[in-house]
Amino acid sequence: MSAQTITEKILAAHAQEGFVPAGNIATVTPDVLMLNDVSGPIAFEQFESIGAARVAAADRVVLVADHFAPASDIVSATAIKSLRDFASRHGVRHVYEPGRGGIEHALLDELGMIGHGTVVFGADSHTCTAGAFNALGMGYGSSDLAATLAIGRLWMLVPESIRVEFIGAPRRFVSGKDIVLALIRTIGVDGAASASLEFGGPGLSTLGMDERMAIANMAVEGGADTCVFEGDARSLAHAKARGRGDSIPILADAGAKYRDRIVIDLSALSPMVAAPPSPGSGAPVESFAGQKVDQVYVGNCSNGTLTDLRQVAEILRGHTIAPHVRMVVVPATQAIWRAALAEGLLDIFTAAGAVVSPPTCGACFGGHMGILAAGETAIATTNRNFRGRMGHPESRVYLANAWVAAASAVRGEITPPQALLPTAGGRS
Amino acid sequence: MTLASLEISGYVHRLGDHVDTDAILPGRYLAIRDPAQLASHCLESLDPEFRSRVRPGDIMVAGRNFGTGSSREHAVIALKAAGIRAIVVESAARIFFRNAINLGMPVMISAAASRGLEAGQLATVSVARHAIEQGRQIYAAQPLGGEVAAILASGGLMQRTRQLLAAGPMHTSEALSNG
Repeated sequence: MSAQTITEKILAAHAQEGFVPAGNIATVTPDVLMLNDVSGPIAFEQFESIGAARVAAADRVVLVADHFAPASDIVSATAIKSLRDFASRHGVRHVYEPGRGGIEHALLDELGMIGHGTVVFGADSHTCTAGAFNALGMGYGSSDLAATLAIGRLWMLVPESIRVEFIGAPRRFVSGKDIVLALIRTIGVDGAASASLEFGGPGLSTLGMDERMAIANMAVEGGADTCVFEGDARSLAHAKARGRGDSIPILADAGAKYRDRIVIDLSALSPMVAAPPSPGSGAPVESFAGQKVDQVYVGNCSNGTLTDLRQVAEILRGHTIAPHVRMVVVPATQAIWRAALAEGLLDIFTAAGAVVSPPTCGACFGGHMGILAAGETAIATTNRNFRGRMGHPESRVYLANAWVAAASAVRGEITPPQALLPTAGGRS
Repeated sequence: MTLASLEISGYVHRLGDHVDTDAILPGRYLAIRDPAQLASHCLESLDPEFRSRVRPGDIMVAGRNFGTGSSREHAVIALKAAGIRAIVVESAARIFFRNAINLGMPVMISAAASRGLEAGQLATVSVARHAIEQGRQIYAAQPLGGEVAAILASGGLMQRTRQLLAAGPMHTSEALSNG
C-alpha cells in the first residue's frame, strides 16, 4: 500500500474505488450534503428534472438560509421558503433559518456534523472551511449537488497535495487571517489550482480552531480544490466537545508525495491587509496606513467567530468609532451571537457606535446588511475583495483581521492595532 | 447528441485573466433564477456592451483562472442565456469549469487559443477534435474525456444523471466508475 496524503486517505474511505492516487478520478459519497438559499433553489429545480424517486440520503442533507437571511425582499423570501418546502417534501430534517442557525460553514461544526475524516460537499465555494477540523470540504455548484441528491455520490478528481508547514508562533495581533493572506500572497490566486492544501508542522499547535477556520476558509482564494489541517490534540479536544470524540485524527503517511512544500514561519508574520481587487495582494498593514474607510465590516464565514469578536472588543473597549465610519459586526452563528452577548461584547460594540447584525452572509457577497455606494471604501474581515463585491462597482474593499478592522473603525482610516493597544508581551 | 456533433461557430468575445464570478454575475442578483433576467446582468460592469453585442452561438475567450471565486451556477446560466455556447481559456477555476460542463457548455483549455483568438471574428470550436479554428489558424486544446465528455455528449449533467438512473443502480455504479 503506497504512502498516502491526508486528502487521499479521507477520500479513499469515501470512494467507491477505495484508494485512488492523486491525479485520478474517484466516485465519492459525502457524509454531508449542504445547500443554501442561493444554491438550493436551482439545485431543487434540477433535482426535480432528473425524475429521481427520492433523495438518496435525506439524513445527510443540510439546508441553511444564510445569504439573504433574514429575507431581504420578496424574491429572497421565496428562495428561503423553497428550502423549507424541499425539506418537508423529501424528509430532510436539517433546515436552519435565522434565530436557530447561522452562516453555514460555521454552523456545520456547531451542529456536530464535522468530525475527523468527514467529507462535506457544499454548494458554496467556502465549504473548504471544514478542512480546519481535519475533514475535507469541497465546494460544488447546484447541478453537481442536484445529481448527488439523486444518486448519493459524485465523480471528482483526487487532487495532489501541497504541504504547508507552520513553524514558530504568531506574534501579537497576528491571526489566522494574516497567515492565509501571507500564503496566498506567496502562491498566487491560482497557485493551488487542482491541489489540496494540507496544513501541519510544529507551529500548528499554536493555532486555535477559529484561526484554523479562518485559514481553511480562504484556501479557495488560492485556487485550491480543498484543504485539510492535520488532526492533533486540539482538534481532538474540539471534536469531543462537539460530540465527535469517536472520530480519529488523520495524518499523512511518512513518504507521502506532495506537489510542493511551503514553510511558513508564523513568528515572522505581521498583520496584513489585502488591497482591492484581489485577495492575493496582501501586504503589511503599515503600507495602507492613512487610507480612509467609510465602513468597517467584521464577521462572515471566515472571521465571525468568538475569537474575532473578542479581538474587536479588545480594541473598541473605551473608544467610539470615528464620526464618518459605519461599523457592522456579524457574529457567524446564533450561538456565537449569544456567547458574545453573555461576555458583554455586544455592549462594547454598540457603545462604540457599531451595529450588531444577525448571523448572515449579508454584505460579504454584496447581498444586504451594509452595501457600499459609489466611491466608498470598506475594510472587512471577509474573504473576497473583487471589484463590486460589497456593492457599487466603484466601491472598494480591503481585507484584514478583526484587530486591524476595529482599529481602523476608531481612527477612520486603516490603522495598525498597536496604535491603539501598544504591544505588551504575548498574544491573547 | 454525441460529442462529434458538438461544434460551435460564433463570434469571439475576449476577457482577461482572473475574471471572477462577481464580475460575471454580481452577488446582489443571486436570488434571481430566471435565465433571461440573469443574462440582463451578465458582465454588466466589466464589459457593459457585452449584453447588446453578444449573439446566440458566440464564444467567450478569456485568460487564466476564468470564473474564479464563487460556486454560483448563476454565472454560467447568465453567460448561456446571453448566448455564449462555448468557452476557451488558458485555465478555468475548478467549480466554474464543472458548472459549465454540467450545463452543457464546453470549456476548452488552450493557452495558444486563449492568446490568439481575435475578438469580433468568427471562430469554430470542435469538442470532438479538441480544436478551435479561426480563419486559417487552428489551435489545439486539451481533449475532454471521461465523465466530462459523457456529460457533454448527453447535453448536460441532469440529462446524464437521468440516463444513469434509467439504466438501473448497477449500471449507475459501473458507468460512473468507468467514466
